[in-house]
Amino acid sequence: MNNLRRVVRDPLVIAALIAIALVVAGGIVSPGFASPDQIVNMLRVASFLGLIAIGQTLVVLSGGEGIDLSVGTVATLGAILASRTMAGDNAMLIPGVLLALVVAAAIGVTNGLGIVFLKIPPFVMTLGMLGVVSGLILVVTGGVADGRAAPALVHLVNGRLFFGIPGILIVWAALAVLVTLLLRRTTFGRQLYATGAGREAARLSGVPVNRVLITTYTLSSVFAALGGIAMVGYSQQVFLNLANDLTLPSIAAVIIGGTLVAGGVGGYLGSAIGAIVLTVLTSLLTTLSMPEWARIVVQGAVLIALLAVYGRQRRLRS
Amino acid sequence: MTATDKAREIEERTAFFDRVKGIRVASWATGLLLAAAAVVAAVLQPNLLTPYGVSSTFATFLPLVLVAVAQSFVVIGGGLDLSAGAIVALSSVVAVQAMRGEEGTALIGFLAAVGTGFACGAVNGLIVSRLRLQPLIATFATASVFSGLALFVLPTPGGTVPAAMTETFRQAIAGVPVSLLLVVAVAIGWLALRKLRVFRYIRASGGNPAAAYASLVPVAGARFASYAICGAVCGLAAVAVLGNSGSGDPFIGGDLALNSIAAVVIGGIALRGGIGSPIGAIAGAITLSLASTILFSVGLPTSWRALATGLVVILALSLSALGAPRRQR
Repeated sequence: MNNLRRVVRDPLVIAALIAIALVVAGGIVSPGFASPDQIVNMLRVASFLGLIAIGQTLVVLSGGEGIDLSVGTVATLGAILASRTMAGDNAMLIPGVLLALVVAAAIGVTNGLGIVFLKIPPFVMTLGMLGVVSGLILVVTGGVADGRAAPALVHLVNGRLFFGIPGILIVWAALAVLVTLLLRRTTFGRQLYATGAGREAARLSGVPVNRVLITTYTLSSVFAALGGIAMVGYSQQVFLNLANDLTLPSIAAVIIGGTLVAGGVGGYLGSAIGAIVLTVLTSLLTTLSMPEWARIVVQGAVLIALLAVYGRQRRLRS
Repeated sequence: MTATDKAREIEERTAFFDRVKGIRVASWATGLLLAAAAVVAAVLQPNLLTPYGVSSTFATFLPLVLVAVAQSFVVIGGGLDLSAGAIVALSSVVAVQAMRGEEGTALIGFLAAVGTGFACGAVNGLIVSRLRLQPLIATFATASVFSGLALFVLPTPGGTVPAAMTETFRQAIAGVPVSLLLVVAVAIGWLALRKLRVFRYIRASGGNPAAAYASLVPVAGARFASYAICGAVCGLAAVAVLGNSGSGDPFIGGDLALNSIAAVVIGGIALRGGIGSPIGAIAGAITLSLASTILFSVGLPTSWRALATGLVVILALSLSALGAPRRQR
């Protein structure tokens, strides 16, 4: 009985139940919503958010009010750089992806350096970086987004590689396993949890806190760019604001997944389920033909409701 | 020179140095930056100093100045409002719809804007102080709610504002442009009101919430008040936006939240709360706006301007980090 209660209270289980409930509700409201095809398609869309949420999870875990508000624009920049380099040519797929990841890594390192050495609070640094990166996007594109995804990338995202499962879902699952292993089984993972749980204690115990933080913010930007590249494989064409709106959902996904806003507690599996919940919710709202403004409002309201359940801070009177 | 004279001189000098040291690095940096930006802008664009130049410059600065002042209340109170830009957008479109372009409705529009701003701020305040959600993510989420509502109220940019509202901004009283007078009025308004108990409570709660709580300061109430005041001042900023542009735009608030935080930081207000004054925020907002005026006047290609502005903001943020004392934990 006690065990059962613990399982039911686990944020992971709650999030998964919400996801299933949303799919069932959608199936009742509009037949076909819960068809296997439609579910695979929703998972495909969830994968972009899921990839971006990997980095956001690491950053939130690192504590110290860790948050990366630049992931959306970095994803867009990654998509733009990759698709301009590929220009619809398979031979340039790898150079395009590499270029995007290297530039993203440079942005992430800058975020990390500013946060660690200049002591700029993470949200200020990454919010400032959001401005810089959107400026960079205008400089790179001159205000006109061109470039096309390579056919191989489109096939990976839109095609069905194995038993009807899109390749991108396999990539996402593999990365989810790798990130979970990184967090649970490597020195870096342990150092990250230690840093998030108590920075000073971690420092005194010999954890290279600065290096851990810089690595974390770098990984965040890299995974954001990866999410952007996957997204351009889906849309095939790139837009100047392709992934900009994914910042808020990426944070929401992390919180739904039960990762503590204060840092040090949580994991990636929850964020992945969170990404699925949010995507199902969005497509449910679209199916109900809600106007755009209502979807934006619901997104914000859902995050507040979730925070009210998971993320309340301590009272002053203890 | 006798020995006593010398001793007195040394004494005076140390007293002077003590007083100089008492002025924080941040306020030095704020003043210097403002002066430098003003000089460079005036050199690069001499017509900035003509009455028309001053009038139009301050008219474009006013929204950011007001949002920075609004943000400063929350930041001094130990919080943060990422929804400030969205509040400005929502308040301005509500005001536009309330006025419907008819003459004589300027007062209704003004009240609608400030009322909407206050309501949004109160929502933020309730969420942060009563539900105890982390301000950063909570206001990021309410920003989404407010900008969604703004799209509902006015789906596309448009609508007209009564001439009374737009013309006030272009007038001058005794040769001094109204827009400049309004900036001064905001500063004087703060100086007049700063002794109010609510502002002392806000500062105490921001400096050290536990100590404030132990000293019978109503911390939750002060938090709520800081957000509500912030929202109302954002409503004022919305009126300034409308007076400036003459029509409504649900997308207006985009950069305002980031820029107001940058302005607050340039203004020597510590992001950890408790330190600084809205006057600094005004100086910071003017410095930041002058910096973008400078960027425009050096003839940067259009596509580079956003990048340059972003870099200036980051530079300003890192400068402040050098001056501020380190967070002790």
